[in-house]
Amino acid sequence: MNILSPIKISLKYLLAAKFRSFLTILGVVIGVASVIIIMAIGQSAQALILDQITGIGSNLIGVLPGASDEKGPPATAMGISITTLKYDDLEALRNGKNVPEAEDAAGYVLGTVSAVYNGTDLNTSFEGTTASYVDVENSEIVSGRFYTKDEETNMSRVAVLGANLVEDLFSGTDPIGKVVKLKEQNFTVIGVLKKRGSTSFGLASQDDAIFVPLKTAQKLFLGIDHLAFIRLKVRDTKLISSAKENIMTTLRERHDIDDPANDDFSVRDLASAVKIITQVTDVLRYFLLAIGTISLIVGGVGIMNIMLLAVNQRVREVGLRKAVGAKNSDVWTQFLIESTFISFLGGIIGIIIGVVISGISAVIIQSLQYTWPFIISWQSIVVACLISITIGIIFGFYPAYKASKISPMEALRYE
Amino acid sequence: MSLIQVQNLCKTYENEGVKTPALCKANFFVEKGEFLAIMGPSGSGKSTLMQVLGLLDRPTEGKYFFDGRDTVEFDDDTLANFRNKKIGFVFQSFNLLPRTSVFENVELPLLYDATPDGKNKNKVLQALKSVGMEHREKYLSNQLSGGEKQRVAIARALVNDPEIIFADEPTGNLDSKSGLQVMKILQDLNNKGRTIILVTHETYTAEHAKRIIYMKDGEIVADDPVKNRRIADGESELLK
Ligand SMILES: Nc1ncnc2c1ncn2[C@@H]1O[C@H](COP(=O)(O)OP(=O)(O)OP(=O)(O)O)[C@@H](O)[C@H]1O
Ligand SMILES: [Mg+2]
Repeated sequence: MNILSPIKISLKYLLAAKFRSFLTILGVVIGVASVIIIMAIGQSAQALILDQITGIGSNLIGVLPGASDEKGPPATAMGISITTLKYDDLEALRNGKNVPEAEDAAGYVLGTVSAVYNGTDLNTSFEGTTASYVDVENSEIVSGRFYTKDEETNMSRVAVLGANLVEDLFSGTDPIGKVVKLKEQNFTVIGVLKKRGSTSFGLASQDDAIFVPLKTAQKLFLGIDHLAFIRLKVRDTKLISSAKENIMTTLRERHDIDDPANDDFSVRDLASAVKIITQVTDVLRYFLLAIGTISLIVGGVGIMNIMLLAVNQRVREVGLRKAVGAKNSDVWTQFLIESTFISFLGGIIGIIIGVVISGISAVIIQSLQYTWPFIISWQSIVVACLISITIGIIFGFYPAYKASKISPMEALRYE
Repeated sequence: MSLIQVQNLCKTYENEGVKTPALCKANFFVEKGEFLAIMGPSGSGKSTLMQVLGLLDRPTEGKYFFDGRDTVEFDDDTLANFRNKKIGFVFQSFNLLPRTSVFENVELPLLYDATPDGKNKNKVLQALKSVGMEHREKYLSNQLSGGEKQRVAIARALVNDPEIIFADEPTGNLDSKSGLQVMKILQDLNNKGRTIILVTHETYTAEHAKRIIYMKDGEIVADDPVKNRRIADGESELLK
């Protein structure tokens, strides 16, 4: 018995009741489509997240106040304000004698401030940073300039705008040289940063922030003298672990800490963050994959249902086939090929729908200026095909067995 | 050697503990080239006998030799192979596959032939020609009249060149004209040497055979040759 004739038969039955057939394979279609979408979006999301992290710079080391578990969130993320990190610590870390691997370092304080320009009142986030910010974060200036070290130390009232603020606060007009009121005080806009187009984790996007010199922000906006965090740029990612060692030694010495267990700071690099985030997104992907699998099982049950129905409806046909010489195994094979074919058909449709939906969402997300690669791996297509074939075999097994047990006498029954 | 030889053949159906004796102690021979009709009232066991003889079902007791071989020993696959090669069936309700072409319907037994010889097309056309249906080769089964369907069914029974054809009430669903056409085809086949066993409850139809077995309550009550055999030659007989 060749394989084509059962396929022809099942096509005939599928086409005879198109809507019912559509409902039958819908489960597999949705299941396979979601597997494809999940694998595509999962991979793209991971690519996006990693791109953002490495966009900030994988050669960066962060120093946070307060001890924290390497894997857990930093203490400051819990809303606790820890004041152990000071400007002098930053200066010590910038000193080439202490951390020779570091190219430069920047200190940060963060917050929100009301910004008023020409009647537009905007509550915006600000970053008070050292002048070294641009070098450390690889930021680019599109117009004007960033503030200098002098402006930073003498508490100048100058501001650099994140790209979106030009539109939001200045309605697209050239802001350079204009005076903006930040927390009731006049600041002169001296520069605009290039659009980065992505959000960095835990922080508002630099595109939406106003940058002011560190000391200015500390004194005028926050009334504090500690730092939220420090970032160091290492000359080479290979130097990260030795740089971390030097950072810890320097800070322990400065803070009089003998036992590392008493550290009042923590040092993190993006390599470990990348690892953690990869793990998290992997877990997420497998979780979503599990959901896809469930819908595939539901689809499989649908196929089993339709095959059992088919067996019942085609008792006479099977009886006839046996009467003219079909063996049990012929009938069994026929029904198994039919269920596999139906499932595979659902799989193919599911793959097409999945690829189309992933493609459309990629286009939409890309149009929002995110780096969102359209990844459809051939593995995911092979996996989807294999899954749908397997579903057809597994869930067609019992109906096929039932069909093979139909007696040839059924052909004679007249109703 | 007889084509069919049955000894004390019995069939008792058993469903959920309920036993229905349908065939009891049948003893007879059927020679090659015979045309046998099985008659009897409804429920007398005609179809049961035909199913057992046609290897669609196994007897519960007795012996059944087909072509000299003891069929009680056969496993399912051997039975299937015998049905495929040596036996053709014609049913009251035609049993053509729906929405399937005449050609494919007739070809069906050839698909289950374990030793295909690649001459399917010739065989199918030959079988269709012998029932005068070659002009409907491409029609779908549901585009045929009842009489045409039964002729296609006969072609299907013939396609594997079987030793014997079993027909259970082949004219039961047909008007008298189509019924006669079918009987004529069966008589023609018999004249060419093919053995035929026909089940019917109409004396008129049975009289086209050469011999009639009468059944009642599962037993064979008479077994006689037909004295004034009817010859189906189409229209003329109807006019009588
Ligand atoms: N599968 C079955 N299970 C149980 N009893 C059955 C089965 N098939 C037939 N019988 C019983 O066996 C007896 C003989 O049935 P059979 O079909 O052989 O009669 P028949 O002579 O062909 O009748 P008809 O002329 O109505 O077709 C009947 O009493 C019937 O109820
Ligand atoms: Mg009957």
